[in-house]
Amino acid sequence: MEFFDSLKAFFYSSIIEQDRYKIIISGLKNTLIISFFATILGIALGMIVAVTKYFAKGNGNVILKGFDKLCSLYITVVRGTPVMVQLFIWSLVVLASWTHAIPVACIGFGFNSGAYVAEIFRAGIEAVDVGQEEAGRSLGLTRISTMKYIVMPQAIKNILPALGNEFITLLKETSVAGYIAVNDLTMAGSIIKSNTWDGRIYFVIALIYLVMVMAISKVLKTFERRLAKGDKSK
Amino acid sequence: MIRVSNLRKSFGDIEVLRGIDYEIEKGEKIVIVGPSGSGKSTFLRCLNLLERPTSGDIWFEKTRITDKKVNINAIREQMGMVFQQFNLFNNLKIIDNITLAPIKHKLQTKEQAVESAMNLLERVGLKDKAEAYPSQLSGGQKQRIAIVRSLAMNPKVMLFDEPTSALDPEMVGEVLDVMKELAETGMTMVVVTHEMGFAREVGTKVLFMDDGIIVEESNPQEFFGNPQSPRLKDFLSKVL
Repeated sequence: MEFFDSLKAFFYSSIIEQDRYKIIISGLKNTLIISFFATILGIALGMIVAVTKYFAKGNGNVILKGFDKLCSLYITVVRGTPVMVQLFIWSLVVLASWTHAIPVACIGFGFNSGAYVAEIFRAGIEAVDVGQEEAGRSLGLTRISTMKYIVMPQAIKNILPALGNEFITLLKETSVAGYIAVNDLTMAGSIIKSNTWDGRIYFVIALIYLVMVMAISKVLKTFERRLAKGDKSK
Repeated sequence: MIRVSNLRKSFGDIEVLRGIDYEIEKGEKIVIVGPSGSGKSTFLRCLNLLERPTSGDIWFEKTRITDKKVNINAIREQMGMVFQQFNLFNNLKIIDNITLAPIKHKLQTKEQAVESAMNLLERVGLKDKAEAYPSQLSGGQKQRIAIVRSLAMNPKVMLFDEPTSALDPEMVGEVLDVMKELAETGMTMVVVTHEMGFAREVGTKVLFMDDGIIVEESNPQEFFGNPQSPRLKDFLSKVL
């Protein structure tokens, strides 16, 4: 009984008292905002980088080659440095003049995620049978049209599980946003803990992350199943 | 219609095509045979520049298509190609496989494209598959659709790269029948194949390629009845 009493006391002081749940809700909101926009930015960047690299392969165009080099540099630097250090550089140097931390975090995480997403897209594009592109080209479609209507839709289907993992990783990674003064979900836990001195609040925080991750997994599964409709026997 | 002059193609150190000269006239049915690795598929794939020749020239009608400035997409619109592995677009329904290119090239409106696609599908007996996905079809059906997809562009010439080699034996016939029917319409065709019966029956010229060159070329009667070179004799003795 003692255990339950202590649990009840914890819930009261950490969640109910002084409307502390509101801290959690606003932290959750910020975590979701950052994850959402970082994901969009990450997909956009990743797709641009992967497609650029794909088109640069076997093409003599100097401008394209230049972009290709830039993309490689981007992937190397982003994957070779910790996301927290990148975040500090965004918030203290590059975007130091921005007064709101959340947009900075969106850009920082999105820029980071883009490099990983680019590699996922690259693998997905390479996994599409080269005959698909050849068939498109043999019908007189341009490389861009062939990419858009034939290769990319199949690539996306291939990479959906990997992309899902990347979103999940990203969502959890945003928990370091507190270091650049964002009140995210993890930070909400820290704030409450500093008032109540009860570390068990992190169980609550963990549970919220877990529920979100499970929800994302579920949505992605459904999505995958729907996309798989086209190639049952393959 | 297609003229090839001193065509060479190397992959790394290996020279696959070692100087090919040939001219294809409108309405001809050129059948190319030869052992594997002889360069026949590479030759065919050079004709629409799916492979870029290392040197030499190819003319299509009045255009030198090996010229870097030529818009190759405009040329490819007029040259249909059928692949060994069918290469239907896996993400699209059959009807969309067929109508994608005509619609994107603005040759037809969507309604027109669908209507002519349905007519073509009827011709090959697959009208009921319009809404299916490629993975739901047999190899023979896929290849017939692939032929229809190329025909939907109204090409001036059709290139076939071993169209029956990936098929189960009982499906070879249905694809060859479609090709024979197509030949009867007067279509210019270049066919790489191992089907000697088809070569004999449909070909206006049969080419024997070996080791990157055209070793022998003649009409089917001569080709099969009176082969000249020892290499062709040897080849025919193995395949017939």
